[in-house]
Amino acid sequence: MQVVFTIYLRTCDDRDMNSSIEPVDYIARTREQYSALGYQPYEWAERPDPPAWVPLTKPLEESRILLLGSGGAYKRGQVAFHWKDDTGIRLIPSDQPATDVRVTHFAYDLEPARSDPNIVFPLDRLNELVQEGFIKSLTPQSLAFMGGIYSVRRTEEELIPALIKEIEAMEIEIDLALLVPV
Amino acid sequence: MGLVARALEETGISTLVLTAAHSITKAANPPRATYVDMPLGYTAGKPHDQEFQKQLLRSALTLGTSIESPGTIVDTGIKWSEDPSWKDKASSGLNNGVVSAEGDTRSERVDVPQYQSEEDRQAAEN
Repeated sequence: MQVVFTIYLRTCDDRDMNSSIEPVDYIARTREQYSALGYQPYEWAERPDPPAWVPLTKPLEESRILLLGSGGAYKRGQVAFHWKDDTGIRLIPSDQPATDVRVTHFAYDLEPARSDPNIVFPLDRLNELVQEGFIKSLTPQSLAFMGGIYSVRRTEEELIPALIKEIEAMEIEIDLALLVPV
Repeated sequence: MGLVARALEETGISTLVLTAAHSITKAANPPRATYVDMPLGYTAGKPHDQEFQKQLLRSALTLGTSIESPGTIVDTGIKWSEDPSWKDKASSGLNNGVVSAEGDTRSERVDVPQYQSEEDRQAAEN
């Protein structure tokens, strides 16, 4: 574990977060903005303990991938997400073009993603990677939800168990889950 | 998304998070993550730029699946622009990062379905 931790530090911490060539420190900025607005500090989920680890067993070209997106995607004909801690899930058929994929979310500019949902839910591109042979296949259904849930408890007690239940109901071998937040 | 990744991995599924929010992903500490230097709302690329989107996914998948140490975030080198000035106003949740006189510019969090269009509402309700 010591080795793991050392590598992690080298990979992620040796950055000057104040420099614009480095990643935007959204935690620091949100704290500043909440403070400026007179809000209570926002509590980010912090999990310093090492995550579970399931080694990959196949190369990408032999892998079946499950896409999960938290940008609030839904399919035309489905009930849209609401914006107040909606912990629901929408199943989106993976074998159909993203033409009828819609997005709804309260916390990012929706216009670009409504123009091209692939920028938050990259279904068309993943299907093209299947056609190219870069990956083997997608699960028949992809999973979409609305990530703007301000309660870690509800995320862990409602959303995550529901996601696991949907995945188990697929009854299919999944080699890699690709998670796309916004 | 980091919490979801950790939970899925605990059930026996290998996961990879694609992230544009390095600090948030780092705090949640998922097993594998790949960073793209993109604004929020553009995690998987630029709209209608299919080759950019595909190259982003190829890079993330290739680099992400080569991670060998739990909790690693690999930088894909994929970026929105060589000009980093977009970051000056970028923020999480508060649209475009403008606090000042405009205050909190997020949309109100209402608990009824928020359809992309009225036509979508009709398609769902009929």
